[in-house]
Amino acid sequence: MASSPAGTLYRGREGMWTWVAHRITGVLIFFFLFAHVIDTAMVRVSPEAYNAAVETYKNPIVGVMEIGLVAAVLFHALNGIRIVLVDFWSDGPRYQRQMSYGVVGVFLLLLLPFIWRHLTNVFGH
Amino acid sequence: MTQSTQQPGTSQIAAPRSPYKARKAGNFELYSWLFMRGSGVLLVALVLGHLFVNLVLGEGIQAIDFAFVAGKWANPFWQVWDLAMLWLAMLHGTNGLRTIIADYTTRAGTRFALKTLLYFASFVVIVLGTLVIFTFDPCIDPDSTLSVCQTN
Repeated sequence: MASSPAGTLYRGREGMWTWVAHRITGVLIFFFLFAHVIDTAMVRVSPEAYNAAVETYKNPIVGVMEIGLVAAVLFHALNGIRIVLVDFWSDGPRYQRQMSYGVVGVFLLLLLPFIWRHLTNVFGH
Repeated sequence: MTQSTQQPGTSQIAAPRSPYKARKAGNFELYSWLFMRGSGVLLVALVLGHLFVNLVLGEGIQAIDFAFVAGKWANPFWQVWDLAMLWLAMLHGTNGLRTIIADYTTRAGTRFALKTLLYFASFVVIVLGTLVIFTFDPCIDPDSTLSVCQTN
């Protein structure tokens, strides 16, 4: 009868959500890495084969998806620095929550100019 | 006296406050934990530098073609950069996925199958990427304007 007993589902705060996002972005980047090494390997086949592979990345739809990839890399990098600070800086655990918001702030500060720059390159040609 | 009252099978329990002895299995998990932090810090510089040079500077993604790669890899600086990035990112990612597999698989067979697949795929990509960087020939392009291709 009890559909969702209160208090049994763990809902963490900033620390849990950054942990979840760190996992998801990490897996995403790792899978892209496989594709990226293989597309770069086309330089050993012929200049034409490489240019054809890299042309895919200049497609407007893929170009927009690249913003998602860069966003994943930026978050993973910034939150990774936060993890290192939590582990090695004596005051790290005390400020882990504030650093979570710092990560989001710096993430937006770097991502928004990149979106503008990248969309200009993708659609400006 | 205490020895004589001990029950069979309990003799392996160490006395309280006996000194800690490292397990014979070694400290692999400690070193992998440390590697994630060390490689992570290096990768922040390597990957963000890579993205800045390839996607932000100049015409960004529109400038990337065979000649762009040839121009970069004609310089040992970028060969070393890309090689370090390849190895560190692959090992960092493989170790990350190893952790995720260990966390979410419940059956030993599934865990073994996924880890085997992961290690095999990672090995292939690391070897392929390393060979590409070291055996790359910029002069494969007959229209190359690189000085190294103009000698003959």
